[in-house]
Amino acid sequence: MFYIFCPYCKEHREEEEFHPRGQAHLMRPADPDNCDDEEWGDYLFFRDNPRGIHHEMWVHSVGCRKFFNITRNTVTYEILETYPMGEQPTITADDPSVRHEQGVQTADGGWQTVGAQPESQALNEEASS
Amino acid sequence: MSDVKEFETRPADTSRAESPLTWSLHEQKSLPHASNPGIILSEKPFLGHLVVRGGAIVLDEAVREVMDMALPAKPHALVSDDSGERTIQWLSPDEWLIIVPGGEEFALEQKLRQSLGQSHFSIVNVSGGQTVLSLKGKWAREVLMKSISYDVHPQAFPVGKGVSTVFAKATVILRRAEEDGWELVIRRSFADYCYRWLLDASSEYGVSVTR
Ligand SMILES: [Zn+2]
Repeated sequence: MFYIFCPYCKEHREEEEFHPRGQAHLMRPADPDNCDDEEWGDYLFFRDNPRGIHHEMWVHSVGCRKFFNITRNTVTYEILETYPMGEQPTITADDPSVRHEQGVQTADGGWQTVGAQPESQALNEEASS
Repeated sequence: MSDVKEFETRPADTSRAESPLTWSLHEQKSLPHASNPGIILSEKPFLGHLVVRGGAIVLDEAVREVMDMALPAKPHALVSDDSGERTIQWLSPDEWLIIVPGGEEFALEQKLRQSLGQSHFSIVNVSGGQTVLSLKGKWAREVLMKSISYDVHPQAFPVGKGVSTVFAKATVILRRAEEDGWELVIRRSFADYCYRWLLDASSEYGVSVTR
């Protein structure tokens, strides 16, 4: 059990009051009728699966029932910040304060599973630089 | 005046209204009665509950005009009028719960609608959907500590605070309107479960239920 800071309730609340709602900052294509299938398909179905810093949408479902954003490290599960809808994160994968080996690897060709085996150590180091 | 259709949910005839705890509490021949109770539990049935949503500024003006009360702007604030019978509680940045004595809610809703005119708002009468339990006694805080993950220490939970949080396997709006008494606003469909949970959790301290 751990606490999450709700930016609307302005206090830390028990994790069981919240639900994750997937990747944050998805932009709906401005003109859906005139975008191609790939663009629309990406918007609807494809999500990043980074190893490291990820921006996610969560909902305080038992409390104020508001959606908000969390910057989270998918390796350590550490929550780096929470911020209201409509705002941008202050911590991103490019941030120099974020540890080097925690850099983002977007889901691409099965890379999200590397790191599970010792022999992929070299691949990890290569990708995080 | 907004053009929303409203209706009085309380029957004008003598139809019997039933609280969500009719069978588990009010119809019981005998209720738990400890000689030296550490917990005193009762229901405050048939109150008027309104959920009001909209911008804080317009709602505050309307509430000041109609109820002569200020809308609590800070998260988790709970304010009551001088009699303590009418309360307004912050639920979320654009949502408040108003509880008034039973029978007042329809007139209040109409007056608020009148005052709010064409502003962007919503008022929903949820009186039939939830009820209020009162939890008092020397060990009330201990019972809450067993049931709720939220910190109920007086430092974290002073009088005049209310939160919606997890209670047992259900949810609850927990309020502290007075020094030695807690109020639990519970959903109708969870009422029986919450009541039985409280009885069970209170049994070690000795519990009396009053009606
Ligand atoms: Zn919240």
